[in-house]
Amino acid sequence: MEALLRIEHLSKSFPGVKANDDISIEVHKGEIVALLGENGAGKSTLVKSVFGLVKPDSGTITIKGEEIEPGDTAAAIRHGVGMVHQHFQLVPVMSVVENIILGDEPHKGVFVTKKAAREEVIALSARYGLEVDPDAFVEDLPVGIQQRIEILKALRKDIDLLILDEPSAVLTPHEIDELLEVIRKLAASGVGILFITHKLHEVMAVADRVVVLRNGKLVGTTTPKETNEEGLAQMMVGRNVVLSVEKGPARAKEVALEIKDLSVKDDRHLDAVTHFSLEVRAGEILGIAGVEGNGQRELVEAICGMRHRQTGTVKVSGKESPDMDPRGVHLMGVSHIPEDREKDGLVSSYSIADNLTLNQFNLKPFSVKGIRDFNARDEYADRLVKEFDIRTPSFQNSASSLSGGNKQKVVVARELTQNSHVIVASQPTRGVDVGSIEFIHKQLISARDGGAAVLLVSAELDEILSLSDRIAVMFGGKIVAIIDGQDADRQYVGRLMAGLSG
Amino acid sequence: MKFKITRDALVPIASVLVALAIGAILIAAQGHSPMQAYHVLIVKGFQSTSGLQATLSKAGILIISGLAITFGLRAGLFNIGAQGQVLSGALAFTYIGYRLHGIPMWIHIPIALIFGAACGALVGGFAGFLKATRGVHEVISTIMLNSIMAAIVDYLTQNQFRLQGQPNTRTPDILHSARLPHIFGYPTGFIIAVLLAIVINWVFKRTTIGFELDTVGRNRSASWYAGISVKKSIVLGMLVSGAIAGFTGGMFSSETTGYFVPAFYSGIGFDGITIALLGRANPIALIPGAIFIGGMRSAQSAIQFEAGVSPDIINLLLALVLFFATAPFLAKLIKSNAKTLTTTSGWGS
Repeated sequence: MEALLRIEHLSKSFPGVKANDDISIEVHKGEIVALLGENGAGKSTLVKSVFGLVKPDSGTITIKGEEIEPGDTAAAIRHGVGMVHQHFQLVPVMSVVENIILGDEPHKGVFVTKKAAREEVIALSARYGLEVDPDAFVEDLPVGIQQRIEILKALRKDIDLLILDEPSAVLTPHEIDELLEVIRKLAASGVGILFITHKLHEVMAVADRVVVLRNGKLVGTTTPKETNEEGLAQMMVGRNVVLSVEKGPARAKEVALEIKDLSVKDDRHLDAVTHFSLEVRAGEILGIAGVEGNGQRELVEAICGMRHRQTGTVKVSGKESPDMDPRGVHLMGVSHIPEDREKDGLVSSYSIADNLTLNQFNLKPFSVKGIRDFNARDEYADRLVKEFDIRTPSFQNSASSLSGGNKQKVVVARELTQNSHVIVASQPTRGVDVGSIEFIHKQLISARDGGAAVLLVSAELDEILSLSDRIAVMFGGKIVAIIDGQDADRQYVGRLMAGLSG
Repeated sequence: MKFKITRDALVPIASVLVALAIGAILIAAQGHSPMQAYHVLIVKGFQSTSGLQATLSKAGILIISGLAITFGLRAGLFNIGAQGQVLSGALAFTYIGYRLHGIPMWIHIPIALIFGAACGALVGGFAGFLKATRGVHEVISTIMLNSIMAAIVDYLTQNQFRLQGQPNTRTPDILHSARLPHIFGYPTGFIIAVLLAIVINWVFKRTTIGFELDTVGRNRSASWYAGISVKKSIVLGMLVSGAIAGFTGGMFSSETTGYFVPAFYSGIGFDGITIALLGRANPIALIPGAIFIGGMRSAQSAIQFEAGVSPDIINLLLALVLFFATAPFLAKLIKSNAKTLTTTSGWGS
């Protein structure tokens, strides 16, 4: 049978990197192919080549037997290729129908025929079984539904091949299950699926075939039947990876972080955290489980002095920490790994060295009497780059030159090297490859064993379950339960996260 | 690093060459000789002693007004209304310059310059205060303050500060003790400007305050995360930008005009924007651009007398240079500002 998509001997170089090196892949009709690899392995470059966003240096891309013009998105779309990007391209203030028809509106003369558009969208969503409210505004919808709109947008063009670039990165466990169901349905209807991910259990759950890339090269093709998660991780990283976290029992001591009656509002001035109280002890990891958007972000920002506390207090080692003063909170010994490293955690145009001292540049030894000491900074940066295995030719390079995992290592290195009493780690391994996840988890545990109180906030339930000594489940701005990490049951925690009572 | 500097310099240089080429075509189209016109430009702008003196005098003013804009840009602020701050600084300098009698030059000039800078700082700082506390965009507020300042200096020049018994509206002459001297015929202002550029460059490179401003200019949310007060930085950035603009007005009064008439100062604040963008918001890199434009300006009248070309060709050349040199930089600036406004919230990275 003729393959739906055939990539042959595709190579693409960027200055200094060979992103794709002689890669050949096939995708058949109705087949789900997972493209697996660490950050920087060349997955995005490969799918962008297929969609015409990147022009390969050599090699051919054939769709249904016809070779397509390289580097031409319009040609790719004409041949029935659709792509859902990692970053959504939706207009928040427009309705679902308007977003789906945008760019190719059904019209009579110069007028958009709204009724026809609405019917078309309803028919489309019925045909693929992707439920959406056609009249809802995108900004009011959860991320999972927004992604569904993106998929519908792609499907509207009668596609044969759908490319998904890390579709599950922002979804809750429940939304991921729904997404996987959608992927299965689409495949059953004959659409070929090529999706990028580095979540191994998704691959095991849904893929017919797995293609693994490493450093731009194709290292192997396998199927979920022939392998397991450990096997896939090993192919990705090229060495043995310990997926389960090894840690000893916690030796919890005195209370290091004490939150009392804390209320916080979100950006829209709605209550996000209401009368929240929690204690974290030195030497333990307390994990906050919860579906994103239940006040975790606002909680973390209020603890770290970045967001106004409407009521309540936050004490660090028994002393009250200042409100709306991130530097003051930091000086009391609180480290903060922010959930959005690009927005909050790094200044991407600064060097790695400046980023490693981003919240200490004004302290000794990095500056004396307001004058910065570059030698002290560079020595420190050199040490941290080695200790935390940040992969870069030099700490003088800009942070933007790093891969996602290495960017996160910069943030983690900065925050965990300060001997803080309290470490607030929010989504510490989001968008990070397997090898780096393992490393960051080890670092958090060794910080715990060194006597720090670790508050871990993560949307990855598996991460919470494997790292936490105690788990607090957050729903609607409140803690609904605190359970021991040892005997936490995945299903039980999942139900609590969804707001069900156990 | 070296590679980057050369590449950054390439764009302005290429822009100048392309602009000169287009200018040559236009000059030829009018039936004049481009070679002769450019010859006059080089001789009168840079080769003859008097030309070079005029060029450096103009360049000094351009450098400082460029520094005013640059200081704001580095903190992420577009002080598009520096003109109002220039005017306030100029009038303040002039007032101290004609009012304080009997003090030596080495006291009189600094006092008047500081007073001028303080008035500029007040105007710029007010725009910064509005942004920090009420979220008023500095582009809007400084443009509005431009009109307000223009009206205020007009009023003062026509009333309290007016030189009586003269048909035209002007202030009294600035005393000799407040006029910047020349050194061997060369303007002191240029030296002050270069020193100021070196100081500001050092502030951004080596001091923690400069680093804070620079960080706020690059990423506000990361600055807040790292414990830098964004509001304080916005006020400080506009305050210093306004102070430098006020200083520019004072220096121009001291070195060139000798008394105050608002029309003398038209365009100085806006030239600063051109210079700052040509220098890619780098205090040192803006110096060559300022000297080049200063040279073009000082040769402007000679090009008409000696080559018969309309002096407007200079304005045209400058506009072309600005267009080619800053379009990509401006686009980048606007794009990075627009980033926060794009579509739905995706997943961070």
